[in-house]
Amino acid sequence: MISDTIAAISTPLGEGGIAVIRVSGKEAIQLVEPLVRTKQKLSEVPSHTVHYGFVVDPANGEKVDEVLVTVMRAPKTFTREDVVEISCHGGILPVKKVLDLLLKHGIRLAEPGEFTKRAFLNGRIDLSQAEAVMDLIRSKSDRAYAQALKQVDGQLSRKVRELRQLLVELMAHIEVNIDYPEHDVEEVTNRTIREHCERALVQIDELLKTAERGKILREGVVTAIIGRPNAGKSSLLNLLARENRAIVTDIPGTTRDVIEEYVNVAGIPLKLLDTAGLRETDDVVEQIGVERSLQALSQADLILLVLNYNERLNEEERRIIEQVRTRQSLAIINKKDLPRQLEMEEVYAAFPPERVVEMSVLHEDGVERLEKAIADMFFSGSIQGQDLSYVSNARHIAELEQAKACLKEALAAAEQLVPIDMIQIDVRRAWEHLGEIIGENVSESLIDQIFSQFCLGK
Amino acid sequence: MGFKAGEYDVIVIGAGHAGCEAALAAARMGCNTLLVTMSLDMVAFMPCNPSIGGPAKGHVVREIDALGGEMGRNIDKTYIQMRMLNTGKGPAVQALRAQLDKFLYQHTMKETLEKQENLTLRQAMVEELIVENGVCRGVVTKTGAEYYAKTTVLTTGTFLRGRVIIGECSYESGPNNQQPSVRLSECLSELGFKLVRFKTGTPPRIHKDSIDFSKTEIQPGDENPKFFSYETESPPPGEQLPCWLTYTSPETHEIIQKNLHRAPMYSGAIEGIGTRYCPSIEDKIVRFSDKPKHQIFLEPEGRYTSEYYVQGLSTSMPEEIQLQMLRSVPGLENAKMMRTGYAIEYDVIVPSQLWPTLETKLVENLFTAGQVNGTSGYEEAAAQGIMAGINAARKVQGKEPVIIQRSQGYIGVLIDDLVTKGTNEPYRLLTSRAEYRLLLRHDNADMRLTPLGYEIGLISEERYQKFLRKKRNIETEINRLKTTKVKPDEAAPILEEVESSPLQNSTSLDNLLRRPEIKYEHIERLSPAPEPLTEEEKEQVEIQIKYAGYIEKQMQHVERMRQMEKKKIPADIDYNDVKGLSVIAQQKLSEIRPLSIGQASRIAGVSPADISILLVYLESYNKVTAARNS
Repeated sequence: MISDTIAAISTPLGEGGIAVIRVSGKEAIQLVEPLVRTKQKLSEVPSHTVHYGFVVDPANGEKVDEVLVTVMRAPKTFTREDVVEISCHGGILPVKKVLDLLLKHGIRLAEPGEFTKRAFLNGRIDLSQAEAVMDLIRSKSDRAYAQALKQVDGQLSRKVRELRQLLVELMAHIEVNIDYPEHDVEEVTNRTIREHCERALVQIDELLKTAERGKILREGVVTAIIGRPNAGKSSLLNLLARENRAIVTDIPGTTRDVIEEYVNVAGIPLKLLDTAGLRETDDVVEQIGVERSLQALSQADLILLVLNYNERLNEEERRIIEQVRTRQSLAIINKKDLPRQLEMEEVYAAFPPERVVEMSVLHEDGVERLEKAIADMFFSGSIQGQDLSYVSNARHIAELEQAKACLKEALAAAEQLVPIDMIQIDVRRAWEHLGEIIGENVSESLIDQIFSQFCLGK
Repeated sequence: MGFKAGEYDVIVIGAGHAGCEAALAAARMGCNTLLVTMSLDMVAFMPCNPSIGGPAKGHVVREIDALGGEMGRNIDKTYIQMRMLNTGKGPAVQALRAQLDKFLYQHTMKETLEKQENLTLRQAMVEELIVENGVCRGVVTKTGAEYYAKTTVLTTGTFLRGRVIIGECSYESGPNNQQPSVRLSECLSELGFKLVRFKTGTPPRIHKDSIDFSKTEIQPGDENPKFFSYETESPPPGEQLPCWLTYTSPETHEIIQKNLHRAPMYSGAIEGIGTRYCPSIEDKIVRFSDKPKHQIFLEPEGRYTSEYYVQGLSTSMPEEIQLQMLRSVPGLENAKMMRTGYAIEYDVIVPSQLWPTLETKLVENLFTAGQVNGTSGYEEAAAQGIMAGINAARKVQGKEPVIIQRSQGYIGVLIDDLVTKGTNEPYRLLTSRAEYRLLLRHDNADMRLTPLGYEIGLISEERYQKFLRKKRNIETEINRLKTTKVKPDEAAPILEEVESSPLQNSTSLDNLLRRPEIKYEHIERLSPAPEPLTEEEKEQVEIQIKYAGYIEKQMQHVERMRQMEKKKIPADIDYNDVKGLSVIAQQKLSEIRPLSIGQASRIAGVSPADISILLVYLESYNKVTAARNS
């Protein structure tokens, strides 16, 4: 447990130009080596040196990101273990891809505070700091736990529960065959096992697809900026893009080609609808017509309605306000520096105060308020620093991938007519990995299932 | 008035399956041992079915034998039927199950006890423990005899405040109309032990001549029976006796449904918690009402008795209903009942009050084992018995206690579950409770535990040398198979015979053996070992090669767990000083007081974060303590 290899993002996520993923453990160097393409093999480079190269997915040879890899051998490292640090492009997408790749290849996501814990246990941190280290672990764990609870959305946990139920029924059946061989319970056949595993695999693949599409984190928050001509929509976009570094890079083949679509606000990627239109002209509503504009609204996760402080509301704006007030939306009152014409009382009647941002795009005044309002809306304010929501998402994917691998092994074993109790080993591991996602892993529940599903005993 | 009746190293209270193993282990380890039982006619008595073994349970018997215990040997001397179960499944879950001559089993065990050096067998009812300043010094019997000892092992089974319930009728009683032990239970309460009430039950027994066997299916034993003990070389005299299978009828279910209001389980007459592992027939019919029939096995209770045990019909219904139920079963239409089925309630010591050595946390030098710790089953009792006996003796001798790890044996799983997780119903071992099932096989119990048994002093030099030879032969043969190549044309005839695809290139014999169709006998024909192996050795070679991949995977887990088990937690740690632990973890850790980080991690309510915090705390605690001491 102490000696396995762990990884985590050690820079604030999405906020810098560079993000660092730190890997620590006995096998850190040998596990990372096959995943990077550098001039020299990592296992052969001197300690405490930096190497330019690419992170490459060995499954398909695709370049994931252009990186700098720092190799530091024990004991002169933070954890006193071998450490590899991968500096990749900042922003959520590259970091996520690199981390996902590591987690797929024998590296475990670090528990909250685990690097510090290891540093302490390996004698790197002074004994007098013990209490501080314990506090750190507690607070980080509590935060991670709270966040994890929030992030396991109802649908995912329901699906995982269904999957586990499918597996636990199979497992209970196998166990009964094993522990009560003379009981008049039908024998589980290899065919039953295959069918169950195949069904479970299909469901896991579906889950992985949704998870990988990454909800907010991969696709970004689909955002529509709307407002009348001259409201300052494109200026707002430019401001957001300038203030917040674009979250994807333009290295060919590493990330997506169209960078303009994405801006990064307080660590949250926003995918802007009809951005091109916004860029070219300020007359979007006129140009594409109200119909299309409303259609764009229906796809959006977040609507930024830009109103001018120095103009009265028109009918169209009133209609739009009615449409968007019940959605995830912000009313942006632009041109706050000009004399008031806008019916503020109407705006505040439609939107609660935390969803009204008064600013001046031209004078770049109020950008922070806007960012905070967006962050509050999606992450209840806890986005900054470590993006735990992302981390828990990566953990889910890693667990799903592992469950999938186990089931594939079970399936292969069933095809080779391996005895059922051996196959059970892999089915059970799959079940346990799924349990990690929703924080349920008590072996007693298998025994409960056995005795509720079957009538046993002398 | 009391009188001083004797002084011993170890006293064992109760001569059931736990008590016999405990007393024999202590005496064989050189301790002057007293075994006190309420009735000498009840030594190693089987109050429920006349059978021992099966998955997990049979594994445990083999483990007891590998450690030098008696149960396996005693079975091999007295069985009337032997079967290997799960032969169609993997090697890890195959297990022996024996039907015993219940009376012969008792007599044989009693004889072993009587002949054992250092062991005194005494009939008496223990009413009190002598405890001074939290240390157990001995026991007092009903007749006032005071026996003193350095350590005491309590194995009182279901006798503590036992109460038998049959329909509306209930009375204070131990199993099989024995006297209950009331005063001793009170004594334990007074000492501060937390007791809970459990319930178990047994079916009626019927006369053989009243059974129409033509309406039942015969269930014979194995033609070539294997043995539980690694020492046994030949079966006991006499033909094996079959068991017989029949089923409940719709009428049985109707009788039970109609009389449910008289069933103590439903009328509220039973307060104890029953086990899901041995439900009564009324329980089965209520909980699985869609199941049209239930199996009933008719098992002979011995070679020289006409009593048959009606497995599957455990009940506490009123006696006249029991008779109706019996007679509704095909083959039992004219059944004559010889003993009435009953439920029994008894006091149990909440097992989280024990250290993994089975010594109580509350009273030093007092060990408890068997059903009194909340388990069910003869095998579970015997397993705890031998461990309590070993540790009681080692304590007398000033030696370190022996704790079997979960990765070493089902005995380890059983005791760790009990003391770490506790149990809220009579606990039964199941193979699914073991996380390393593939390593804890029935066939390799000697490989796992004989060296430990030898070290403890319960395995003779001769047996140990035999074991070492076996181990060496297996290793030599595995090496030979790994290094011997076979050419495609050499292997062709055998591969053709078993319809396995032909070889493309030369390959090693172990690779060939990994093919599902290939058995060791084929390899042997292809390339015989220079020294022929015994059947057991061949079995080991085949299993270790065939399942190497799976075994390797589990070994990695074990290695990881071992790291955690190695991190010891000092006994004097105060969890209230460990800042940052969650409240529930603090409570649980204070209650269980785990000996290692591994054990701590298995406590319900202790999260990974709590374990991390504990690790950090221990690190500084150990360093500070070391600095202070130097």
